Amino acid sequence: MLLTVENLKVKYGNIQALHGISFNVDKGEIVTLIGANGAGKTTTLHSICRLPPPEAPKVVEGDIKFKGESILNTEPHTLVSVHNIALVPEGRHIFGNLTVKENLTLATYARKDTAGIKKQLDHVFELFPRLKERENQRSESLSGGEQQMLAVGRALMTGCDFLLLDEPSMGLSPLLKYELFRTLKRLNQEGMTILLIEQNASLALHLAHRGYVLDTGEMAAEGTSEELINDPEVKRAYLGG
Amino acid sequence: MKKYNVQIILAIALAILAYMAQEEIIGKYALSVLMFMGINVILSTSLNLVNGYMGEFSCGHAGFMAVGAYVSSVLGVMLFAKDKVFGPALLDPSLSIWIFPLIVIVGGVAAALAGLLVAIPSFKTRGDYLAIITIAANYIVISLVENIDTIGGARGFMGMKSVVKAMGKTVDMPWMPIWVFIFTILSVWIIRRFISSTFGKGVPAINQDEIAAEIMSVNTNKMKMVAFMLSSGLAGVAGALFAYILGYVNPGSFTILKSTEVLVMVYLGGMGSLSGSVLSAILFTLLLEALRPLQIIKWVVVPFLLILLMQFRPEGIMGNRELPDFFPRLKRFYAFKD
Repeated sequence: MLLTVENLKVKYGNIQALHGISFNVDKGEIVTLIGANGAGKTTTLHSICRLPPPEAPKVVEGDIKFKGESILNTEPHTLVSVHNIALVPEGRHIFGNLTVKENLTLATYARKDTAGIKKQLDHVFELFPRLKERENQRSESLSGGEQQMLAVGRALMTGCDFLLLDEPSMGLSPLLKYELFRTLKRLNQEGMTILLIEQNASLALHLAHRGYVLDTGEMAAEGTSEELINDPEVKRAYLGG
Repeated sequence: MKKYNVQIILAIALAILAYMAQEEIIGKYALSVLMFMGINVILSTSLNLVNGYMGEFSCGHAGFMAVGAYVSSVLGVMLFAKDKVFGPALLDPSLSIWIFPLIVIVGGVAAALAGLLVAIPSFKTRGDYLAIITIAANYIVISLVENIDTIGGARGFMGMKSVVKAMGKTVDMPWMPIWVFIFTILSVWIIRRFISSTFGKGVPAINQDEIAAEIMSVNTNKMKMVAFMLSSGLAGVAGALFAYILGYVNPGSFTILKSTEVLVMVYLGGMGSLSGSVLSAILFTLLLEALRPLQIIKWVVVPFLLILLMQFRPEGIMGNRELPDFFPRLKRFYAFKD
Protein backbone atom coordinates (compact mmCIF):
# COMPACT_ATOMS: atom_id res chain seq x y z
CA MET A 1 0.00 0.00 0.00
CA LEU A 2 1.31 3.39 -0.94
CA LEU A 3 -1.03 5.55 1.12
CA THR A 4 -2.99 4.24 4.06
CA VAL A 5 -5.45 6.29 6.06
CA GLU A 6 -6.50 4.56 9.27
CA ASN A 7 -9.51 5.49 11.36
CA LEU A 8 -9.04 9.22 10.73
CA LYS A 9 -10.93 11.54 13.05
CA VAL A 10 -10.60 15.24 12.39
CA LYS A 11 -11.92 18.31 14.14
CA TYR A 12 -12.20 21.98 13.30
CA GLY A 13 -12.36 23.52 16.75
CA ASN A 14 -15.26 21.74 18.42
CA ILE A 15 -16.85 20.51 15.27
CA GLN A 16 -15.98 17.01 14.21
CA ALA A 17 -15.69 16.78 10.45
CA LEU A 18 -14.50 13.20 10.01
CA HIS A 19 -15.73 10.36 12.24
CA GLY A 20 -13.04 7.79 11.65
CA ILE A 21 -12.59 6.99 7.98
CA SER A 22 -10.16 4.49 6.53
CA PHE A 23 -9.03 4.02 2.98
CA ASN A 24 -5.94 3.16 1.01
CA VAL A 25 -4.32 3.78 -2.32
CA ASP A 26 -2.05 1.25 -3.98
CA LYS A 27 0.79 1.99 -6.35
CA GLY A 28 -0.36 2.66 -9.91
CA GLU A 29 -4.00 3.07 -8.99
CA ILE A 30 -6.52 5.81 -9.54
CA VAL A 31 -8.66 6.05 -6.44
CA THR A 32 -11.47 8.51 -6.14
CA LEU A 33 -13.15 9.97 -3.10
CA ILE A 34 -16.61 11.18 -3.93
CA GLY A 35 -19.36 12.74 -1.91
CA ALA A 36 -21.71 15.69 -1.64
CA ASN A 37 -20.86 19.14 -0.32
CA GLY A 38 -19.65 19.03 3.27
CA ALA A 39 -19.01 15.30 3.21
CA GLY A 40 -15.41 15.79 4.30
CA LYS A 41 -13.57 15.29 1.03
CA THR A 42 -11.44 18.40 1.20
CA THR A 43 -10.90 17.92 4.93
CA THR A 44 -9.43 14.50 4.21
CA LEU A 45 -7.09 15.98 1.63
CA HIS A 46 -6.02 18.84 3.89
CA SER A 47 -5.29 16.34 6.67
CA ILE A 48 -2.93 14.57 4.30
CA CYS A 49 -1.26 17.77 3.10
CA ARG A 50 -1.26 19.78 6.34
CA LEU A 51 -1.53 23.11 4.55
CA PRO A 52 -0.62 26.20 6.57
CA PRO A 53 -3.13 27.48 9.13
CA PRO A 54 -5.93 28.44 9.31
CA GLU A 55 -6.74 25.80 6.69
CA ALA A 56 -5.12 22.98 8.64
CA PRO A 57 -7.65 20.80 10.40
CA LYS A 58 -6.75 19.06 13.64
CA VAL A 59 -6.35 15.30 13.52
CA VAL A 60 -7.54 13.94 16.86
CA GLU A 61 -7.22 10.24 16.20
CA GLY A 62 -5.99 7.87 13.56
CA ASP A 63 -2.97 7.86 11.32
CA ILE A 64 -1.93 8.60 7.77
CA LYS A 65 0.88 6.48 6.44
CA PHE A 66 2.84 6.88 3.25
CA LYS A 67 4.97 3.90 2.27
CA GLY A 68 4.47 2.57 5.79
CA GLU A 69 5.74 5.74 7.43
CA SER A 70 3.48 8.15 9.30
CA ILE A 71 3.27 11.54 7.60
CA LEU A 72 0.95 13.10 10.16
CA ASN A 73 3.54 15.47 11.56
CA THR A 74 5.50 16.31 8.45
CA GLU A 75 5.50 19.87 7.18
CA PRO A 76 3.65 20.41 3.91
CA HIS A 77 6.68 21.58 1.93
CA THR A 78 8.43 18.26 2.58
CA LEU A 79 5.61 16.35 0.88
CA VAL A 80 7.09 17.34 -2.45
CA SER A 81 10.78 17.41 -1.64
CA VAL A 82 10.88 14.19 0.44
CA HIS A 83 7.84 12.07 -0.39
CA ASN A 84 7.26 13.10 -4.03
CA ILE A 85 3.59 13.84 -3.41
CA ALA A 86 2.17 16.76 -5.37
CA LEU A 87 -1.12 18.53 -4.81
CA VAL A 88 -3.38 20.24 -7.30
CA PRO A 89 -5.32 22.43 -4.91
CA GLU A 90 -8.94 23.41 -5.14
CA GLY A 91 -9.17 26.74 -6.92
CA ARG A 92 -5.88 26.14 -8.75
CA HIS A 93 -3.68 28.61 -6.84
CA ILE A 94 -1.43 29.45 -9.74
CA PHE A 95 0.80 32.52 -9.73
CA GLY A 96 -1.28 34.91 -11.82
CA ASN A 97 1.33 37.48 -12.72
CA LEU A 98 3.91 34.97 -13.85
CA THR A 99 3.95 33.45 -17.30
CA VAL A 100 2.95 29.86 -17.92
CA LYS A 101 6.55 28.79 -18.25
CA GLU A 102 7.60 30.65 -15.11
CA ASN A 103 4.83 28.91 -13.18
CA LEU A 104 6.06 25.56 -14.41
CA THR A 105 9.71 26.22 -13.65
CA LEU A 106 8.90 27.57 -10.20
CA ALA A 107 7.59 24.14 -9.30
CA THR A 108 11.12 22.78 -9.63
CA TYR A 109 12.19 24.89 -6.64
CA ALA A 110 13.38 21.82 -4.73
CA ARG A 111 14.82 19.97 -7.71
CA LYS A 112 18.46 19.94 -8.69
CA ASP A 113 18.54 17.72 -11.80
CA THR A 114 18.57 20.16 -14.71
CA ALA A 115 18.30 17.45 -17.36
CA GLY A 116 15.31 15.88 -15.65
CA ILE A 117 13.57 19.25 -15.42
CA LYS A 118 14.05 19.85 -19.14
CA LYS A 119 12.60 16.44 -19.95
CA GLN A 120 9.71 16.97 -17.60
CA LEU A 121 8.89 20.32 -19.18
CA ASP A 122 8.76 18.75 -22.62
CA HIS A 123 6.53 16.02 -21.26
CA VAL A 124 4.11 18.52 -19.70
CA PHE A 125 3.95 20.48 -22.96
CA GLU A 126 3.27 17.25 -24.80
CA LEU A 127 0.43 16.35 -22.41
CA PHE A 128 -1.03 19.84 -22.62
CA PRO A 129 -0.21 21.29 -26.05
CA ARG A 130 -2.31 24.29 -25.18
CA LEU A 131 0.15 25.31 -22.47
CA LYS A 132 2.93 25.21 -25.04
CA GLU A 133 0.97 27.65 -27.22
CA ARG A 134 0.56 30.02 -24.30
CA GLU A 135 4.05 29.49 -22.90
CA ASN A 136 4.93 33.16 -22.53
CA GLN A 137 1.51 34.47 -21.64
CA ARG A 138 0.69 35.72 -18.18
CA SER A 139 -1.16 32.87 -16.53
CA GLU A 140 -3.99 35.04 -15.17
CA SER A 141 -4.98 35.70 -18.79
CA LEU A 142 -5.65 32.00 -19.38
CA SER A 143 -9.15 30.59 -19.35
CA GLY A 144 -10.32 28.53 -16.37
CA GLY A 145 -9.68 25.26 -18.10
CA GLU A 146 -6.22 26.24 -19.20
CA GLN A 147 -5.45 27.39 -15.67
CA GLN A 148 -6.49 23.99 -14.38
CA MET A 149 -4.19 22.35 -16.92
CA LEU A 150 -1.44 24.63 -15.71
CA ALA A 151 -2.12 23.61 -12.11
CA VAL A 152 -1.84 19.93 -13.07
CA GLY A 153 1.22 20.61 -15.21
CA ARG A 154 2.83 22.48 -12.36
CA ALA A 155 2.24 19.59 -9.98
CA LEU A 156 3.86 17.24 -12.51
CA MET A 157 6.89 19.51 -12.76
CA THR A 158 7.77 18.73 -9.16
CA GLY A 159 8.71 15.26 -10.37
CA CYS A 160 6.09 13.57 -8.21
CA ASP A 161 4.91 10.00 -8.49
CA PHE A 162 1.76 10.52 -6.45
CA LEU A 163 -0.77 13.14 -7.50
CA LEU A 164 -3.52 14.50 -5.27
CA LEU A 165 -6.28 16.35 -7.10
CA ASP A 166 -8.90 18.44 -5.35
CA GLU A 167 -11.99 19.00 -7.51
CA PRO A 168 -10.14 19.43 -10.80
CA SER A 169 -13.39 19.58 -12.80
CA MET A 170 -14.78 22.53 -10.90
CA GLY A 171 -15.90 25.31 -13.21
CA LEU A 172 -14.81 23.53 -16.39
CA SER A 173 -16.91 23.07 -19.50
CA PRO A 174 -17.84 19.42 -20.26
CA LEU A 175 -15.44 19.27 -23.16
CA LEU A 176 -12.50 20.48 -21.11
CA LYS A 177 -13.45 18.11 -18.30
CA TYR A 178 -13.16 15.13 -20.65
CA GLU A 179 -9.88 16.42 -22.03
CA LEU A 180 -8.44 16.80 -18.56
CA PHE A 181 -9.63 13.37 -17.44
CA ARG A 182 -8.22 11.74 -20.56
CA THR A 183 -4.87 13.25 -19.69
CA LEU A 184 -5.15 11.93 -16.14
CA LYS A 185 -5.82 8.47 -17.53
CA ARG A 186 -2.76 8.71 -19.71
CA LEU A 187 -0.64 9.84 -16.76
CA ASN A 188 -1.85 6.82 -14.82
CA GLN A 189 -0.93 4.52 -17.70
CA GLU A 190 2.55 6.01 -17.51
CA GLY A 191 2.76 4.95 -13.88
CA MET A 192 1.36 7.83 -11.87
CA THR A 193 -0.67 7.04 -8.76
CA ILE A 194 -3.66 9.35 -8.43
CA LEU A 195 -6.00 10.20 -5.59
CA LEU A 196 -8.89 12.14 -7.05
CA ILE A 197 -11.34 14.09 -4.95
CA GLU A 198 -14.38 14.93 -6.98
CA GLN A 199 -18.01 16.03 -6.82
CA ASN A 200 -18.77 14.84 -10.30
CA ALA A 201 -19.26 11.23 -9.25
CA SER A 202 -20.02 9.67 -12.61
CA LEU A 203 -17.03 11.26 -14.31
CA ALA A 204 -14.73 10.29 -11.45
CA LEU A 205 -15.96 6.69 -11.25
CA HIS A 206 -15.52 6.19 -14.96
CA LEU A 207 -11.90 7.20 -14.66
CA ALA A 208 -10.97 5.50 -11.40
CA HIS A 209 -10.19 1.88 -10.58
CA ARG A 210 -11.66 2.04 -7.13
CA GLY A 211 -13.79 4.53 -5.23
CA TYR A 212 -14.89 5.54 -1.80
CA VAL A 213 -18.11 7.37 -1.03
CA LEU A 214 -18.02 9.83 1.85
CA ASP A 215 -21.16 10.98 3.60
CA THR A 216 -21.08 13.57 6.42
CA GLY A 217 -17.71 12.46 7.66
CA GLU A 218 -18.30 8.72 7.40
CA MET A 219 -17.46 6.16 4.76
CA ALA A 220 -20.81 5.26 3.18
CA ALA A 221 -19.64 2.83 0.52
CA GLU A 222 -16.50 1.51 -1.09
CA GLY A 223 -15.58 -0.84 -3.88
CA THR A 224 -14.40 -1.01 -7.45
CA SER A 225 -15.76 1.60 -9.81
CA GLU A 226 -18.10 -0.86 -11.47
CA GLU A 227 -19.54 -1.98 -8.16
CA LEU A 228 -20.19 1.58 -7.15
CA ILE A 229 -21.67 2.61 -10.47
CA ASN A 230 -24.10 -0.30 -10.23
CA ASP A 231 -24.82 0.12 -6.54
CA PRO A 232 -28.47 1.27 -6.38
CA GLU A 233 -27.87 3.34 -3.24
CA VAL A 234 -24.93 5.23 -4.77
CA LYS A 235 -26.80 5.54 -8.02
CA ARG A 236 -29.76 7.17 -6.32
CA ALA A 237 -27.72 9.56 -4.17
CA TYR A 238 -24.86 10.62 -6.43
CA LEU A 239 -25.39 9.55 -9.98
CA GLY A 240 -28.91 10.82 -10.44
CA GLY A 241 -31.05 7.87 -11.28
CA MET B 1 36.59 43.36 -17.96
CA LYS B 2 32.97 44.16 -18.60
CA LYS B 3 32.01 42.06 -15.63
CA TYR B 4 33.78 44.42 -13.26
CA ASN B 5 32.33 47.65 -14.62
CA VAL B 6 30.00 48.24 -11.71
CA GLN B 7 32.66 47.48 -9.14
CA ILE B 8 35.10 49.86 -10.81
CA ILE B 9 32.54 52.66 -10.95
CA LEU B 10 31.70 52.15 -7.30
CA ALA B 11 35.35 52.09 -6.27
CA ILE B 12 35.97 55.35 -8.16
CA ALA B 13 32.91 56.93 -6.57
CA LEU B 14 34.15 55.89 -3.14
CA ALA B 15 37.60 57.30 -3.84
CA ILE B 16 36.16 60.62 -5.01
CA LEU B 17 33.88 60.81 -2.00
CA ALA B 18 36.73 60.07 0.40
CA TYR B 19 39.02 62.59 -1.30
CA MET B 20 36.41 65.34 -1.27
CA ALA B 21 35.58 64.69 2.35
CA GLN B 22 39.24 64.68 3.32
CA GLU B 23 40.10 67.91 1.53
CA GLU B 24 36.85 69.43 2.73
CA ILE B 25 35.69 70.25 -0.78
CA ILE B 26 32.21 69.29 0.30
CA GLY B 27 31.17 70.89 3.53
CA LYS B 28 30.24 69.10 6.72
CA TYR B 29 26.55 69.72 6.09
CA ALA B 30 26.51 68.28 2.59
CA LEU B 31 28.54 65.33 3.81
CA SER B 32 26.10 64.55 6.59
CA VAL B 33 23.19 64.75 4.14
CA LEU B 34 25.01 62.26 1.93
CA MET B 35 25.56 59.93 4.85
CA PHE B 36 21.92 60.08 5.93
CA MET B 37 21.04 59.32 2.36
CA GLY B 38 23.05 56.10 2.61
CA ILE B 39 21.34 55.16 5.85
CA ASN B 40 17.93 55.82 4.36
CA VAL B 41 18.84 53.65 1.39
CA ILE B 42 19.66 50.76 3.74
CA LEU B 43 16.45 51.30 5.70
CA SER B 44 14.12 51.52 2.74
CA THR B 45 15.62 48.62 0.78
CA SER B 46 15.59 46.36 3.83
CA LEU B 47 11.99 47.20 4.70
CA ASN B 48 11.03 46.66 1.07
CA LEU B 49 12.15 43.05 1.45
CA VAL B 50 9.37 42.42 3.99
CA ASN B 51 6.70 44.90 2.92
CA GLY B 52 7.25 44.86 -0.81
CA TYR B 53 8.65 41.50 -1.82
CA MET B 54 7.07 39.39 0.88
CA GLY B 55 3.81 41.34 1.11
CA GLU B 56 3.68 41.38 4.90
CA PHE B 57 3.19 44.63 6.71
CA SER B 58 5.93 45.44 9.18
CA CYS B 59 5.94 48.91 10.65
CA GLY B 60 8.40 48.73 13.51
CA HIS B 61 11.57 49.14 11.52
CA ALA B 62 12.88 51.91 13.79
CA GLY B 63 12.74 49.50 16.74
CA PHE B 64 15.30 47.21 15.11
CA MET B 65 17.32 50.26 14.14
CA ALA B 66 17.39 51.22 17.84
CA VAL B 67 18.63 47.76 18.84
CA GLY B 68 21.48 47.99 16.34
CA ALA B 69 22.30 51.56 17.34
CA TYR B 70 22.44 50.90 21.07
CA VAL B 71 24.26 47.57 20.93
CA SER B 72 27.00 48.88 18.68
CA SER B 73 27.27 52.18 20.55
CA VAL B 74 27.68 50.54 23.93
CA LEU B 75 30.14 48.03 22.49
CA GLY B 76 32.19 50.73 20.77
CA VAL B 77 32.32 52.98 23.81
CA MET B 78 33.17 50.06 26.05
CA LEU B 79 36.10 49.02 23.86
CA PHE B 80 37.57 52.30 22.71
CA ALA B 81 36.50 55.21 24.90
CA LYS B 82 36.74 56.37 28.48
CA ASP B 83 33.30 56.43 29.97
CA LYS B 84 31.84 57.11 33.42
CA VAL B 85 29.88 53.87 33.50
CA PHE B 86 31.97 51.50 31.44
CA GLY B 87 35.38 52.64 32.69
CA PRO B 88 38.54 53.07 30.64
CA ALA B 89 38.98 51.77 27.11
CA LEU B 90 39.50 48.01 26.99
CA LEU B 91 41.46 47.95 23.75
CA ASP B 92 44.14 50.10 22.24
CA PRO B 93 42.48 52.94 20.21
CA SER B 94 44.64 52.10 17.19
CA LEU B 95 42.74 48.83 16.84
CA SER B 96 39.54 50.74 16.28
CA ILE B 97 39.85 50.89 12.49
CA TRP B 98 39.81 47.09 12.34
CA ILE B 99 37.19 46.51 15.00
CA PHE B 100 34.73 49.20 13.88
CA PRO B 101 33.11 47.26 11.00
CA LEU B 102 32.77 44.29 13.36
CA ILE B 103 31.00 46.49 15.87
CA VAL B 104 28.53 47.61 13.21
CA ILE B 105 27.93 43.99 12.16
CA VAL B 106 27.40 42.94 15.79
CA GLY B 107 24.75 45.66 15.99
CA GLY B 108 23.12 44.17 12.90
CA VAL B 109 23.23 40.64 14.31
CA ALA B 110 21.65 41.83 17.56
CA ALA B 111 18.85 43.49 15.58
CA ALA B 112 18.38 40.31 13.52
CA LEU B 113 17.96 38.32 16.73
CA ALA B 114 15.44 40.87 17.95
CA GLY B 115 13.71 40.42 14.60
CA LEU B 116 13.63 36.66 15.18
CA LEU B 117 11.97 37.21 18.57
CA VAL B 118 9.25 39.21 16.85
CA ALA B 119 9.00 36.86 13.86
CA ILE B 120 8.37 33.62 15.74
CA PRO B 121 5.09 34.59 17.39
CA SER B 122 3.89 36.93 14.70
CA PHE B 123 3.99 34.62 11.68
CA LYS B 124 1.35 32.39 13.22
CA THR B 125 -0.89 35.32 12.43
CA ARG B 126 -1.03 37.19 9.16
CA GLY B 127 -1.63 40.54 7.52
CA ASP B 128 -2.80 43.29 9.81
CA TYR B 129 -1.77 41.39 12.92
CA LEU B 130 1.88 41.54 12.00
CA ALA B 131 1.56 45.31 11.69
CA ILE B 132 0.18 45.53 15.21
CA ILE B 133 2.82 43.20 16.63
CA THR B 134 5.66 45.15 15.02
CA ILE B 135 4.30 48.45 16.31
CA ALA B 136 4.16 46.91 19.77
CA ALA B 137 7.73 45.64 19.37
CA ASN B 138 8.85 49.13 18.43
CA TYR B 139 7.30 50.52 21.61
CA ILE B 140 8.80 47.75 23.73
CA VAL B 141 12.30 48.53 22.46
CA ILE B 142 11.87 52.26 23.11
CA SER B 143 10.53 51.75 26.63
CA LEU B 144 13.28 49.27 27.44
CA VAL B 145 15.95 51.74 26.38
CA GLU B 146 14.27 54.59 28.26
CA ASN B 147 14.28 52.58 31.46
CA ILE B 148 17.82 51.23 31.46
CA ASP B 149 19.81 53.84 33.31
CA THR B 150 23.28 52.48 32.50
CA ILE B 151 22.84 53.50 28.88
CA GLY B 152 21.44 56.90 29.73
CA GLY B 153 17.74 56.15 29.69
CA ALA B 154 15.68 58.86 28.06
CA ARG B 155 18.63 61.28 28.18
CA GLY B 156 20.40 59.29 25.53
CA PHE B 157 23.85 57.82 25.20
CA MET B 158 27.02 59.40 23.89
CA GLY B 159 30.73 58.87 23.53
CA MET B 160 30.76 57.44 20.03
CA LYS B 161 32.52 60.55 18.71
CA SER B 162 35.67 59.50 20.55
CA VAL B 163 35.60 56.13 18.77
CA VAL B 164 35.35 57.92 15.42
CA LYS B 165 38.16 60.25 16.53
CA ALA B 166 40.30 57.27 17.54
CA MET B 167 39.92 55.91 14.01
CA GLY B 168 40.85 59.30 12.54
CA LYS B 169 43.93 59.53 14.74
CA THR B 170 45.19 56.10 13.74
CA VAL B 171 44.87 56.70 10.02
CA ASP B 172 43.86 60.17 8.93
CA MET B 173 40.90 59.43 6.69
CA PRO B 174 37.22 60.41 6.68
CA TRP B 175 36.15 57.04 8.10
CA MET B 176 32.45 57.59 8.61
CA PRO B 177 31.55 58.49 4.99
CA ILE B 178 33.67 55.57 3.80
CA TRP B 179 31.97 53.05 6.07
CA VAL B 180 28.49 54.37 5.34
CA PHE B 181 29.21 54.08 1.62
CA ILE B 182 30.56 50.55 1.95
CA PHE B 183 27.72 49.29 4.13
CA THR B 184 25.09 50.89 1.89
CA ILE B 185 26.46 49.20 -1.21
CA LEU B 186 26.90 45.96 0.71
CA SER B 187 23.32 45.82 1.94
CA VAL B 188 21.81 46.66 -1.45
CA TRP B 189 24.03 43.95 -2.94
CA ILE B 190 22.98 41.40 -0.32
CA ILE B 191 19.28 42.07 -0.88
CA ARG B 192 19.68 41.89 -4.64
CA ARG B 193 21.54 38.60 -4.41
CA PHE B 194 18.95 37.23 -2.01
CA ILE B 195 16.00 38.22 -4.18
CA SER B 196 17.47 36.94 -7.43
CA SER B 197 18.63 33.61 -5.98
CA THR B 198 16.53 30.48 -6.39
CA PHE B 199 16.17 30.25 -2.63
CA GLY B 200 15.01 33.87 -2.43
CA LYS B 201 12.37 33.36 -5.13
CA GLY B 202 10.34 31.83 -2.32
CA VAL B 203 9.77 35.33 -0.91
CA PRO B 204 7.68 36.73 -3.80
CA ALA B 205 6.02 33.30 -4.03
CA ILE B 206 4.75 33.74 -0.46
CA ASN B 207 3.53 37.20 -1.39
CA GLN B 208 1.55 35.86 -4.34
CA ASP B 209 0.03 32.74 -2.90
CA GLU B 210 1.17 31.12 0.30
CA ILE B 211 -0.59 27.82 -0.30
CA ALA B 212 0.84 27.50 -3.77
CA ALA B 213 4.29 28.33 -2.41
CA GLU B 214 3.99 25.66 0.24
CA ILE B 215 2.90 22.92 -2.16
CA MET B 216 5.74 23.93 -4.47
CA SER B 217 7.98 22.87 -1.56
CA VAL B 218 8.86 26.34 -0.30
CA ASN B 219 9.34 26.18 3.45
CA THR B 220 7.21 29.25 4.07
CA ASN B 221 7.82 29.53 7.80
CA LYS B 222 11.56 29.37 7.42
CA MET B 223 11.46 31.71 4.44
CA LYS B 224 9.52 34.34 6.38
CA MET B 225 11.92 34.03 9.26
CA VAL B 226 15.00 34.42 7.05
CA ALA B 227 13.56 37.42 5.21
CA PHE B 228 12.44 39.10 8.39
CA MET B 229 15.79 38.54 10.09
CA LEU B 230 17.69 39.84 7.09
CA SER B 231 15.48 42.89 6.97
CA SER B 232 15.75 43.71 10.67
CA GLY B 233 19.46 42.92 10.71
CA LEU B 234 20.13 45.46 7.98
CA ALA B 235 17.98 47.97 9.88
CA GLY B 236 20.30 47.33 12.83
CA VAL B 237 23.33 48.06 10.65
CA ALA B 238 21.70 51.31 9.55
CA GLY B 239 21.01 52.17 13.19
CA ALA B 240 24.61 51.50 14.18
CA LEU B 241 25.92 53.79 11.45
CA PHE B 242 23.35 56.42 12.38
CA ALA B 243 24.59 56.39 15.99
CA TYR B 244 28.22 56.84 14.98
CA ILE B 245 27.46 59.64 12.53
CA LEU B 246 25.62 61.67 15.15
CA GLY B 247 27.86 60.59 18.01
CA TYR B 248 24.77 60.59 20.17
CA VAL B 249 21.64 58.48 20.34
CA ASN B 250 18.45 58.87 22.31
CA PRO B 251 15.31 56.77 22.21
CA GLY B 252 13.41 59.69 20.68
CA SER B 253 15.15 59.11 17.33
CA PHE B 254 13.64 55.65 16.94
CA THR B 255 9.96 56.21 17.54
CA ILE B 256 7.07 55.16 15.38
CA LEU B 257 7.57 58.42 13.44
CA LYS B 258 10.89 57.13 12.14
CA SER B 259 9.27 53.82 11.17
CA THR B 260 6.63 55.77 9.29
CA GLU B 261 9.32 57.71 7.45
CA VAL B 262 10.82 54.44 6.26
CA LEU B 263 7.41 53.16 5.21
CA VAL B 264 6.86 56.34 3.20
CA MET B 265 10.17 55.77 1.42
CA VAL B 266 9.18 52.19 0.52
CA TYR B 267 5.78 53.21 -0.85
CA LEU B 268 7.25 56.21 -2.66
CA GLY B 269 9.76 54.01 -4.44
CA GLY B 270 7.38 51.20 -5.26
CA MET B 271 6.75 47.87 -3.60
CA GLY B 272 9.00 45.14 -4.78
CA SER B 273 11.39 47.45 -6.60
CA LEU B 274 14.92 47.60 -5.27
CA SER B 275 16.08 50.45 -7.46
CA GLY B 276 12.84 52.25 -6.64
CA SER B 277 13.66 52.06 -2.96
CA VAL B 278 17.15 53.38 -3.51
CA LEU B 279 15.84 56.21 -5.64
CA SER B 280 13.08 57.16 -3.24
CA ALA B 281 15.42 57.12 -0.25
CA ILE B 282 17.69 59.58 -2.05
CA LEU B 283 14.79 61.78 -3.15
CA PHE B 284 13.16 61.68 0.25
CA THR B 285 16.34 62.71 2.05
CA LEU B 286 16.84 65.59 -0.38
CA LEU B 287 13.21 66.61 -0.05
CA LEU B 288 13.38 66.73 3.74
CA GLU B 289 16.52 68.85 3.55
CA ALA B 290 15.03 71.16 0.95
CA LEU B 291 11.95 71.66 3.07
CA ARG B 292 13.96 72.33 6.22
CA PRO B 293 13.35 76.15 6.06
CA LEU B 294 9.64 75.44 6.44
CA GLN B 295 10.42 73.93 9.82
CA ILE B 296 7.40 72.28 11.40
CA ILE B 297 5.19 72.93 8.35
CA LYS B 298 7.42 70.39 6.62
CA TRP B 299 5.31 67.68 8.25
CA VAL B 300 2.26 69.12 6.57
CA VAL B 301 3.84 69.27 3.16
CA VAL B 302 5.42 65.81 3.15
CA PRO B 303 2.25 63.87 4.04
CA PHE B 304 0.36 66.00 1.54
CA LEU B 305 2.81 64.93 -1.15
CA LEU B 306 2.18 61.37 -0.09
CA ILE B 307 -1.56 61.84 -0.58
CA LEU B 308 -0.92 63.22 -4.05
CA LEU B 309 1.31 60.26 -4.84
CA MET B 310 -1.35 57.77 -3.73
CA GLN B 311 -3.91 59.60 -5.87
CA PHE B 312 -1.95 59.82 -9.07
CA ARG B 313 0.61 57.05 -8.91
CA PRO B 314 -0.37 54.55 -6.23
CA GLU B 315 2.21 52.02 -7.34
CA GLY B 316 5.06 54.38 -6.41
CA ILE B 317 7.78 55.81 -8.61
CA MET B 318 8.88 52.50 -10.06
CA GLY B 319 5.92 50.25 -9.45
CA ASN B 320 7.05 46.66 -9.55
CA ARG B 321 9.79 47.34 -12.03
CA GLU B 322 13.50 47.99 -11.81
CA LEU B 323 15.60 50.73 -13.39
CA PRO B 324 16.86 48.62 -16.32
CA ASP B 325 13.22 48.01 -17.32
CA PHE B 326 12.96 51.73 -18.10
CA PHE B 327 16.46 52.26 -19.46
CA PRO B 328 17.43 49.08 -21.30
CA ARG B 329 20.94 50.43 -21.79
CA LEU B 330 21.60 49.98 -18.09
CA LYS B 331 21.29 46.24 -18.58
CA ARG B 332 24.80 46.27 -19.89
CA PHE B 333 26.02 47.24 -16.46
CA TYR B 334 23.45 45.77 -14.24
CA ALA B 335 21.38 42.78 -15.29
CA PHE B 336 18.57 42.70 -12.80
CA LYS B 337 16.59 39.62 -13.61
CA ASP B 338 18.82 36.62 -13.65
